[in-house]
Amino acid sequence: MSNDTTTRSSTSTLQDVEQFLYRQADILDERRWEEWLGLFTDDGIYWMPASADQETGEGQPNIFWEDHYLMDMRIRRVEHPYAHSQKAGHRTSHVVSNVMIESESDDEIVATSRFHMVEYRLDEQRYFGGKYTHRFARMDAGLKIKLQRVDLANVEGPFEYVMQIWL
Amino acid sequence: MPLDQYNNLGSLVEPDRVHKACYADEQVFEKELENIFYKSWIYIGHESQVPNAGDYWTTWVGKERMILCRGENGDVNVLYNRCPHRGALICNNLNGNAPKAFRCPYHAWQFNMDGSLRNVPMKQGYEGVIDLTDPQLQMKRAERQETYRGFVFASLSEEGPSLEEWLGQGAKAAFDDICNRSPEGECEVVVNCFRIIQHSNWKIFLENQLDAVHPSITHHSTGDAAADMQRVYKEKTGDEPPMGYQFLADFTLPYEKWDSLDTIGHPYGHTLLAGYMGLRPRDPVTIAHEESLTAVHGEKRMDEILSTNVHHVLVYPCLSVQPPLQQLRAVRPLAANKTLTEIWHFRLKGAPEGIYDRSLAYYYHVNSPSTMVNADDLNNFRACQDGLTLEGGGDWVSFHRNYGQDPVENGITTSVTGMSKQPMRNMFAAWKEYMSA
Ligand code: FES
Ligand SMILES: [Fe+2]
Repeated sequence: MSNDTTTRSSTSTLQDVEQFLYRQADILDERRWEEWLGLFTDDGIYWMPASADQETGEGQPNIFWEDHYLMDMRIRRVEHPYAHSQKAGHRTSHVVSNVMIESESDDEIVATSRFHMVEYRLDEQRYFGGKYTHRFARMDAGLKIKLQRVDLANVEGPFEYVMQIWL
Repeated sequence: MPLDQYNNLGSLVEPDRVHKACYADEQVFEKELENIFYKSWIYIGHESQVPNAGDYWTTWVGKERMILCRGENGDVNVLYNRCPHRGALICNNLNGNAPKAFRCPYHAWQFNMDGSLRNVPMKQGYEGVIDLTDPQLQMKRAERQETYRGFVFASLSEEGPSLEEWLGQGAKAAFDDICNRSPEGECEVVVNCFRIIQHSNWKIFLENQLDAVHPSITHHSTGDAAADMQRVYKEKTGDEPPMGYQFLADFTLPYEKWDSLDTIGHPYGHTLLAGYMGLRPRDPVTIAHEESLTAVHGEKRMDEILSTNVHHVLVYPCLSVQPPLQQLRAVRPLAANKTLTEIWHFRLKGAPEGIYDRSLAYYYHVNSPSTMVNADDLNNFRACQDGLTLEGGGDWVSFHRNYGQDPVENGITTSVTGMSKQPMRNMFAAWKEYMSA
């Protein structure tokens, strides 16, 4: 039955996507920046909208809207010897869960998930949570992110301090 | 530090140094609210934030919570966010639309957008007891409200100079320079407010905005990273990198460049930084912008407008405005060591879209919650605040750089160098006057 086929293919897709998301969280928490950039397609974008109902990041205010170049810039900043707000140590820990496949075709998968993240800096811990929406390209080398949308639970803020690194 | 050691709060300020209590003492902070924030004019919002009847935004004046709203008749009003019945906040959201009237969530008293009482449920209980037309039963309006070129201010004091008189030529430049850059002479807010809390005193932020010594040190990492990426971008694409990269790379301009800027101190503590990065490259966007202004004003006036050399205006004590990039940060002091900034940007009506793109790029790179610039500023502010809170280790903050060298004419101070601490001295001269009153 076609229903079974769908279920079977979704199960392996789901596993692939879950493993990808766990690995991405690990790469971020361990600051393996080269691998981070490698998770995205060449024109991939990391996007955190400035409001919950935003439909595109193009040409409007965003919290993050970064292509490879801007991500590379952010990496160069945090690794710079004079990035003094990184000096006292900056550690994060992500948990990703509730992974669901929204749609899949031969060359694309859209998946949603939920994340919780704690960040430690200057003797204090901050807490973030929200929803990821990943638009993946299926490539020979496996999955790559075309667009990662990050909807923060507290998108309106106010934010205590800023976000130096992606969530 | 017990404050009764001082004859008056003005004695915390000397011409070239100020006492740490100005930043760290809660009693001084309370007095600042009373003498400065509740006496002067405070920016509430822009008229275009509330385009339709019933639209509202909430904000702060000191510890007071205020509403900016638009009535059926088109009038924009500033009200205290308090129900005259039992005192509940009427608007509990940051912004929204109240169709027809405000309706208190507690017992459903209803108010028109000018604060007047519109309806009370079960009126009979009040018959012969109180008069429902008594002004005491209205939402209270700000004591005074005035608007300059679409920018709405309120004063919680019945008395004092008019808004225009208080702004003076110095602070008016903030709004004139934004609006004049539009071929229609008007700007329009982009309805997005980034709210970021600084764990530091409100004055530390304002002082930093005009501290030309700090950028190449504080923002060294970001300036270098942006300059690297300008090179990488060119190599990989063969194209010019986006203008936003330049905004960031400019933070590490050499000292000589920062030194060549001018700071100008006006009455009431309003302070300007003039001279800036080139915002008139010969690209198609700039040329189209020039043409749009020339079509309205002719070439001479267009040139006058676009060569206006104001980079940054501090409208003391409540605003940091960057007119050439249409950025505005409102300062909301919450405690001696806690400051909320409300961060907005504007579109120039009738100007080419590419001009907005510049404003948006600056808003993103410098002012968004992911800013790589303010990441380091806010880190410094907090370090300052924490240091100033210490009992030992010294009592004073130094504003000595170029003290006694800045020329004064008709109450307006200019600086001999962009790095002079003249802006800080100018703001504290006003502070002292307010606090001694
Ligand atoms: S407190 Fe507002 S109606 Fe009662
Ligand atoms: Fe700075």
